[in-house]
Amino acid sequence: MKLKRGYFEDIRIFRNRASRFWTFLFILVLALLPFFIKAYYLSVINLMALNVIVALGLNVLVGNTGQISLGHAGFVAIGAYSGALLMQLGLPFVPALLLAALLTALIGAFLGIPSLRLEGPYLSIVTLGFGLAVMVIIGRMDVFGGRTGMSVPKLKLGWTGLPYDTALYYVFTITTVVLVIITIILLKSRIGRAFQAIRDSDIAASVIGINVSHYKTFSFAISAFYAGIAGCLWGLYLQFVTPGTFSFMMSIIFLATIVLGGLGSVTGSVLGAIVMTYLGLQLENIVGVPVLGDVIVAFSDSLMNTSGIANIKWVLTGLILIGVILFEPMGLNGLWLRVKRYWRLWPF
Amino acid sequence: MSLFSLNHISKSFGGVQALSDLSFELEEGEIFSVIGPNGAGKSTIFNCISGLYTPDEGSIQLAEKEITGWAPHRIARAGIARTFQNLELFRYLTAVDNLLLGRHIHMQASLLRILAMPFRRSRAAREEIAHRHKVEEIIEFLELEAYRDRPVFALPYGIQKLLELGRALALEPKILLLDEPAAGLNNEERQDMIFWIKDIRDQLGVTVIVIEHNMELVKDISDRVLALNFGRMIATGQVLEVLEHEEVRKAYLGEIPETT
Ligand SMILES: Nc1ncnc2c1ncn2[C@@H]1O[C@H](COP(=O)(O)OP(=O)(O)O)[C@@H](O)[C@H]1O
Ligand SMILES: [Mg+2]
Repeated sequence: MKLKRGYFEDIRIFRNRASRFWTFLFILVLALLPFFIKAYYLSVINLMALNVIVALGLNVLVGNTGQISLGHAGFVAIGAYSGALLMQLGLPFVPALLLAALLTALIGAFLGIPSLRLEGPYLSIVTLGFGLAVMVIIGRMDVFGGRTGMSVPKLKLGWTGLPYDTALYYVFTITTVVLVIITIILLKSRIGRAFQAIRDSDIAASVIGINVSHYKTFSFAISAFYAGIAGCLWGLYLQFVTPGTFSFMMSIIFLATIVLGGLGSVTGSVLGAIVMTYLGLQLENIVGVPVLGDVIVAFSDSLMNTSGIANIKWVLTGLILIGVILFEPMGLNGLWLRVKRYWRLWPF
Repeated sequence: MSLFSLNHISKSFGGVQALSDLSFELEEGEIFSVIGPNGAGKSTIFNCISGLYTPDEGSIQLAEKEITGWAPHRIARAGIARTFQNLELFRYLTAVDNLLLGRHIHMQASLLRILAMPFRRSRAAREEIAHRHKVEEIIEFLELEAYRDRPVFALPYGIQKLLELGRALALEPKILLLDEPAAGLNNEERQDMIFWIKDIRDQLGVTVIVIEHNMELVKDISDRVLALNFGRMIATGQVLEVLEHEEVRKAYLGEIPETT
């Protein structure tokens, strides 16, 4: 007996009713949340949303195409500054957002060009240099306020009848949900498959007719596009941007986010960004924990040589990453898959 | 005119002359075998044809078109598909995705159209579904049903060999280059491989070049054979003629006692 397949099920966003049910429930919760929680928590979720957007894009590049970027904060900076400038010039939000993202994508495509010739460590260095150069260059441009930074105009959201924070929360979450869906579709398509082919074997990819340079450049552009959107929103979130905001450390944290979440996976990008944002805000509190906190501070002071709390955060982040790589190389997505297998189609 | 010709190709790597002044032509629908000891330059021929290497000298023509120096992806689109001696599959993708990638050159949905793919009636969805049907035919042809949704790294070696053949077939090439398709296969798997290669020629009309060490396979499937040693052609013609050729026997140093 042969099973007649429709094949459409292979490209649907939701594999089954359970996953659709949970997704809609999650979106419903997101939509109602502002009526139940304090503005501070909304702003935490906003920050998570920003990190989700960057992680989605970075994971297309790193987890799916097998390229590397140690300079993603540079793209976020370009998105933030160009978005801010466009809005200052009076452009409405949506066109400003898209224009800023497209500009960032264009620069991403240019940065993709060295990726055609360089691999691994060499590409890392080029992208690292890019991230640093963006900070320096922006710091010298007067339109962007130089080293002191520039303020970002608030959105005109009065028409929604909602408090500004709440309205901004909706802007962030809607953008993020849309981008999550777009990423899922993209990765199921011929384009996503071509990216993954290049990741697994660029030789095989080329002999089956994939224009490897074209797709590598394209992947950089897409990845930068996401970072550009996140950047533009980041400006709105902070209301004031300085070159120092988009530091090298930020680029490293982005990479750590997708490793923690799971390379190549959309679920991983989302989970990684949520957890990493939370850790970024909470990890320093470990100093207050009796005994353990003291030990960590002593460890940090004696071996890591810079004093202060920020340092402890990085040390712990590093330890967590080592743990992930050792015990769950598929990251949070790996955990998630196991939990999912356990619960399967609950509640159906 | 012939479907394909290789004209006076030379290729060297530093001091190693991998190919020197090699020429041959292919007729449509024939199975042409290349034999020769290890390091003779056989794989280098395929790498030159598929555009991974650029020959130092000489030209390659496909259906009257000069394809020398073309990028590999253009050559694939022109109708030449291949497999590799040491398997080049997309290891972390499933068997189906590997085969779908073989359809890449036949798919064209743009990024904007792809965004509409969740809608069943969208052009991108219809394209994707059509190609999944096509891939299903290959899965049936090569009897890969049991492996379709497994990631490649988890598949047995013999199945991987077959899958790579399937991926090349998915391109619907005019010419198929098979680099040691039976290497590492057991007796039964080799028999199957022989059967499939013949089927590909007979049913799909594909012209095939096979590099192979297994003389049983070579004798069974080849219309013509070319023997190579140190990058030079030492004999070409009918199978038995070539295998009996003195220089060929010397090149193999008695490695092929099963000739008769
Ligand atoms: N990319 C390369 N770089 C250097 N030498 C190569 C390369 N490819 C092939 N060769 C050399 O060319 C010769 C022929 O190799 P190859 O075509 O792989 O032989 P065969 O497939 O007949 O065993 C060998 O001496 C090999 O070392
Ligand atoms: Mg070889």
